[in-house]
Amino acid sequence: MALDQSFVGRTYPPTAPYEVGREKIREFAEAVGDPNPAYVDPEAAKALGHPDVIAPPTFVFAITHKASGRVVMDPQLGLDYSRVVHGDQKFAYTRPVRAGDRLSVTSTIEAVKSMAGNDILDVRGDVHDEAGEHVVTAWTKLVARAAEEA
Amino acid sequence: MTAKIAYDDVEVGTELPAQTFSVTRATLVQYAGASGDFNPIHWNEKFAREVGLPDVIAHGMFTMAEAARVVTDWVGDPGAVVEYGVRFTKPVVVPNDGRGATIEVAGKVAAKLDDNTVRVDLTATSGGQKVLGMSRAVVRLA
Repeated sequence: MALDQSFVGRTYPPTAPYEVGREKIREFAEAVGDPNPAYVDPEAAKALGHPDVIAPPTFVFAITHKASGRVVMDPQLGLDYSRVVHGDQKFAYTRPVRAGDRLSVTSTIEAVKSMAGNDILDVRGDVHDEAGEHVVTAWTKLVARAAEEA
Repeated sequence: MTAKIAYDDVEVGTELPAQTFSVTRATLVQYAGASGDFNPIHWNEKFAREVGLPDVIAHGMFTMAEAARVVTDWVGDPGAVVEYGVRFTKPVVVPNDGRGATIEVAGKVAAKLDDNTVRVDLTATSGGQKVLGMSRAVVRLA
């Protein structure tokens, strides 16, 4: 099913803040098996110049992906989420995410394409802290694989 | 931001220490909980096969997180990562055999950029298949 092209360029309002907790960062670091002390030990993080423990680089995806849910689940867009796979992912950081951050995401649809029956959606998530300063931008390419018609 | 590698000490072609990461079904359940991604293709074999996959597959973001460790372990400070991007080319298939899968990650400096930054190109394979493409990180060195 072709996606609605009129969605290109659409920006969704900023999400309510997500508060980044030390223990959530610890849980994530343990789940990826990463023992880097900057993720769990505030003193180790401070020794590197960070005010508190920082999050692994990909941690913020959980926040931006949740924000993009409003986009991909929008029934008007017509994306078959049951067939969606993650195509590309990119992050550009102004600074690392850290404990105590209250982060808000603004999602923008950058592109909507159909290729070989696949629907392709590019969503950008701009992440700002409570002071309005940019923290990181995430670009996510989602691909809805063509349905296998009988 | 305090990288332990100095910009002047690396050249194009400098290799980062390669690493091998293991992933089992238990790993995926733990990652699902920590990341909030409960898509059943990452823990339910029946569901995965119904949607055309060979078996349960790892979260792409899990593989991306593991590949990043080759960079963050090298520089010491994960906050030194300025950019990081990947393409998910093939899934990491994780059988329920108690051993799971392994992901092998290697990296090397591909370019020296401005402001003490370098671009690192990463390769990630599992079961002999390339699972990440265009996998690149820009990191700020000391």
